[in-house]
Amino acid sequence: MSYRLGVDVGGTFTDLILVNEKTGDFFSAKVPSTPHDSSIGVLNGIERVCKTAGIDPTQITHVMHGTTVATNTILTHSGAKVGLVTTQGYRQVLQIARSFVPGGLGGWVIYNKSLPLAPLALTIEADERVGARGEVVRKLNKARLARDLRALRKKNIEALTVSLINSFANPAHEREIAKIAAKEMPGVPVSLSSDVVPEMQEYERTVTTVANSYVSPKVSKYVRNLQRELKRRMNDVQLHVLRSDGGLASAKAAEAYPVNLLMSGPAGGVSGAIWVATQAGFRNLLTFDMGGTSTDVALVQDGKAQLRRETSVHDVTVRASSVDVRTVGAGGGSIAHVPEITKALRVGPESAGAAPGPAAYNKGGTLPTVTDANVVLGYLPSGEVRLGGDMVIRRDLAEKAVMQIASALKLSVKQAAAGIIDIVNENMYGALRLVSVEKGFDPRDFALMAFGGAGPLHANALGKLSSAWPVIIPPGPGVLCAQGDATTSVRDEASRTYIRPFSKTSPKEVSKIFRQLAAQAAKTLDQEGIPQAEQSTSYEVDIRYHGQGLLLTVDFEIEEIEKRGLDAIGGKFDDIHRQLFTFALTEEKELVNLRAVVQGKPAAVRALRVEKGKSDPSAARLGEHMVYVEGRDQKGALYDRSKLKSGNVVKGPAVVLQMDTTTLILPGHVGRVDDFGNILITPE
Amino acid sequence: MPARIVETKPRAFKRVKIDPITLDIIENAMLNARFEMDAVLFRTAMSPGIREQHDEFPMIANVDGKMVVGQFGSFIYGFKSAYDGTIEEGDMFLTTDPYSCNGAVSHINDWLLLRPIFKDGRLIAYAAMFGHMTDVGGKVPGSLPTDARQIFEEGIRVPPIKIFKNDVLQEDVLNLILHNCRLPHWNRSDFNAIVAAIRTAEKRVIEMASRFGDDVYYSALEELLDRNRRAMAHLIKTTVPTKKQFFEDYICDDGMGMGPYKLRCAMWREGEKVIFDFDGTDPQSISSVNFYLNEEMFKMFCGVYMIMVFDPKIMFNDGFYDLMEVHIPEGTLLKPREPAALSCRTHALGRLFDVLGGLLGQGNPAFLNAAGFSDSPHFMYSGYDKNGEWYQLYQIGFGGVPGRPFGDGPDGHSMWPSFTNVPNEFVESYFPLRIENYETIPDSGGAGKHRGGNALRVGYRFLENGEVSIHDDRWLTYPWGVNGGTPGQRSRKELRRKDGTSEILPSKCDRIPVKEGDLLYFDTWGGGGWGDPFERDPAQVAFDVEAGLVTAAGARKNYGVVLSKDFAVDEKATSALRAREKKKRGRTGIFNFGGSIAELKKRCKAETGLSPPRQPEFPRWVKSTKSPKAARKSRRKTA
Repeated sequence: MSYRLGVDVGGTFTDLILVNEKTGDFFSAKVPSTPHDSSIGVLNGIERVCKTAGIDPTQITHVMHGTTVATNTILTHSGAKVGLVTTQGYRQVLQIARSFVPGGLGGWVIYNKSLPLAPLALTIEADERVGARGEVVRKLNKARLARDLRALRKKNIEALTVSLINSFANPAHEREIAKIAAKEMPGVPVSLSSDVVPEMQEYERTVTTVANSYVSPKVSKYVRNLQRELKRRMNDVQLHVLRSDGGLASAKAAEAYPVNLLMSGPAGGVSGAIWVATQAGFRNLLTFDMGGTSTDVALVQDGKAQLRRETSVHDVTVRASSVDVRTVGAGGGSIAHVPEITKALRVGPESAGAAPGPAAYNKGGTLPTVTDANVVLGYLPSGEVRLGGDMVIRRDLAEKAVMQIASALKLSVKQAAAGIIDIVNENMYGALRLVSVEKGFDPRDFALMAFGGAGPLHANALGKLSSAWPVIIPPGPGVLCAQGDATTSVRDEASRTYIRPFSKTSPKEVSKIFRQLAAQAAKTLDQEGIPQAEQSTSYEVDIRYHGQGLLLTVDFEIEEIEKRGLDAIGGKFDDIHRQLFTFALTEEKELVNLRAVVQGKPAAVRALRVEKGKSDPSAARLGEHMVYVEGRDQKGALYDRSKLKSGNVVKGPAVVLQMDTTTLILPGHVGRVDDFGNILITPE
Repeated sequence: MPARIVETKPRAFKRVKIDPITLDIIENAMLNARFEMDAVLFRTAMSPGIREQHDEFPMIANVDGKMVVGQFGSFIYGFKSAYDGTIEEGDMFLTTDPYSCNGAVSHINDWLLLRPIFKDGRLIAYAAMFGHMTDVGGKVPGSLPTDARQIFEEGIRVPPIKIFKNDVLQEDVLNLILHNCRLPHWNRSDFNAIVAAIRTAEKRVIEMASRFGDDVYYSALEELLDRNRRAMAHLIKTTVPTKKQFFEDYICDDGMGMGPYKLRCAMWREGEKVIFDFDGTDPQSISSVNFYLNEEMFKMFCGVYMIMVFDPKIMFNDGFYDLMEVHIPEGTLLKPREPAALSCRTHALGRLFDVLGGLLGQGNPAFLNAAGFSDSPHFMYSGYDKNGEWYQLYQIGFGGVPGRPFGDGPDGHSMWPSFTNVPNEFVESYFPLRIENYETIPDSGGAGKHRGGNALRVGYRFLENGEVSIHDDRWLTYPWGVNGGTPGQRSRKELRRKDGTSEILPSKCDRIPVKEGDLLYFDTWGGGGWGDPFERDPAQVAFDVEAGLVTAAGARKNYGVVLSKDFAVDEKATSALRAREKKKRGRTGIFNFGGSIAELKKRCKAETGLSPPRQPEFPRWVKSTKSPKAARKSRRKTA
């Protein structure tokens, strides 16, 4: 009997899901995280979950893991000392950063630029040049480069990036430099831009490769340590790491291309949401993950998350595929304030964070936060009615904090609190619009899946704003990421920039390249021991009208090109262009990037079902409860989530309590409990 | 006759009371709609100027034509007063003529589209956008001839016309226009892109009005304008003195060997109003460096600049316009008479921001920024390649952001919103040239406690015979430093021929023949420094030297910092040198212009390799510029 394990390491808890690969049955466990060495927490969790399942850990063959180690390395500026080799004349490529200054007219007045991830002091130039068509214009001066690398080594660099002009068209010089580096600075990991992201655009390619180098030693150390500890307990277990695009990478690939892990954490959440929604019978959804300081949203169409060819962490944006997760600085801890001059009510992006936290938590916070507004309005019940957890909620402190807003705006404390909630909801709705309306998707065609500590509190309101129904509250918003980790499949892709107008290439030539790319990507899966029969290949191509800057990605079957020629993909491109921008052009189209993605089979996991019941939910009712909605206090009820049964219908206004989150059902809405314990909220 | 608005179901809007929350929601939704316009345009336009460099400006205005979101201020008032015709549902206007829209756009390259938004038979808002087309015909590729004497030489001029009537595109008219452009497929695509962006705004406006109700939507916009007016009134009162302040700056030449041209502005406050008076600005040029400045647009510049400098959190719109009065005498460089040429207005437009910075800042030195990269210099390269195909490249240059109270100025950056460079690999793939250098020039940023950003050097190696045009400035006058900071380095263009000869090209020139293998160094200019360079943290100076942004010699000379070979600060030698240099220098003023115009002209040949410009000859009919009073009267007349 073999098992696979999904592990999500959070700041407080480590969640684990153990799946029986044959039956699809699963078991879960939650243990405290051990931040100084996460592997301890993971191993504790493994002991726990195996005990529950009655198996020995050696029966686990695959461990799947989403990690925030790469993200945190960037957020905390704790990456490697990176050396950089550029083409002569381009040493300042990261310093100039395409000359971009954010903000509107006059934005430069207040813009302070952060330092590049590879310092200029550690950047050297290679005497060489390759032309735009891949031709060698000037040969690499190897002797000079070796000398300069020796000087760099003396500055104790911990990782090296090589990013030369036009290397996407011809990587020969980058590879020669890698060889010289191996000799001159053995042990220093080298990232080549032609390996990491072999695409046109020198700045983007360089910054992406440098980010790869920057996080590489930390990620390597983490992955190796975890793998060693796992192997010690579980023999020949295979570790996989979730990538930003929602696929799984082998431990080896994760170490070589850690820049692909920057969104590993959120991708786990989205994958988990997809899995839960699929069980409940929904294929199209908007995910809404609201935490303490920020909210992540994404769009899932037909069971697949929308991807984009870009990943942003704080002020670092790199060219790496990721689940198209948009983040807004709005969360439970977001602080409300009223600027002196405009007298406008603003919420966030400043956050009270975990310390001092919202005023209601009584940990020293005094500024009004979104959480405090929820407490004032009765959405987050205070005092002894809370279930589980050791956090005591002080309504008096929340009211005192929100009073600051109320007096500035000359409103009652409840009106002010309702205002804070309306504003923060609107901000989050803005993020939902970014992934839906602004991409040509109608939110009414999607369900809204809420998770994260605060998501279920605001989800009903966001359903109202976006008309995305039902709003789905999964039974365990906390274990969603681990579920995502356990239910995804191994994935790898190979890509290449190939800029040709349609008229200057042939379907035969194009399909030949695609097949080569597919073979290249399949190698990773072969090495993982995934049988060819279980591998599926999909193809993507980035196209634009000749002269246009925009690239749109078109998915297609390779047979389509072979049968119908390039018009097959050209027509699809026109359709997408029309959907997004209301018009298509008669200009000639041009291929830009070609990509093949190979994927293994995901595990078949069966969701747990909850006990069946009738529509009356009174067995779970805890008592009466007042909430302030639509400008007045309204009588509602409190419910215990753990006692809700399949078929129960909870009428709003209602507040449903559970250990890791609280769900608000608004008046005029009902929450139906499905077979898997999800609450599906719809207008009554 | 002004425009007449035709509504099928006219009814007045009712100003209703708006709760602050709804107001904030509508404010955010308006901002989102405006950014959505940008997003649609960037993704679908073809001219690199719009697509990558984002030379475009969106706007959504209220029913009266006041800008509520956007950044260049509303020109609808000017348009309505100048347009003799109707404004009806289904109309979309196109104009490219600065003289027919009171300077809403300031050269023919900018195509402006304007859409009245109707809901249920009445006008409810306007959406508009303009973008810079790569070519609009005329005597030179790129349509920006430095030596033009009349606007007729600068391409096809479109007066305000309905390019859509009843939502039907006037294909014949569009074809007529496109037929006069060198890259018609680009113009068509950019035109489509602007239309799509405007339609997006329209959709959002109607959605909002439907969601909240027309009266609530209308009232919210009024309230947003009022809110901004209140904030600006406060700002004006606390930052603008009643005593008259003056500031003047220059554009160096006109491309015909004459210059410099003076831009002069006075500013003072009367009650809650601030008055700007451009009396003393030089008469209009006979070449194309004139900038037809719209008064409303200037108000927006001031408003935005004040907000950024003093309180960046204020959302800006047209609400404060009646708090500002602007006098621009007719017949000057900033209000030339038709048909003066206008295409190369970018220098005066940019320099206006330096004037504004100096004007507002001298009374508040703590908020004063140095002079920066106040321009967007152009580089154009065109010709027929070996296969007989026409190529035409247009690029904008970048330079040094000045030292600011906020910190150092970034190196080789843009001061215009959301401009970015076109990736060099893209340029090399599509045009016959190789970019051999793309780097900033050490020591070119003005020294200061906060360093000015460095100038950018781009080395263009030409791979085909062709012609280049260059439009730059600040080669004679300096980007000035403030509060003890020194000026940045000036611009320079050097053409190194394959045959080994080399020449310094003038800052503005057209149709310079180049041969395969020639190399052009296009050096822009650095930002001025802010604050006393002898007070800059020596460790920071050492950091810049190790990074290659400042040289060791520059550190010693400009900052008084002595470094060892491994970039360690020699503390003792540094304090000694600083003490000595400080004494030698003496007291510093607020501004450091690097010398008077007379001095700069005298040193010109030796320092720049170019002869100093001659005193400008002005058109003979320009005897003297009109007084502010006369200008005011004429303004009323056009209204």
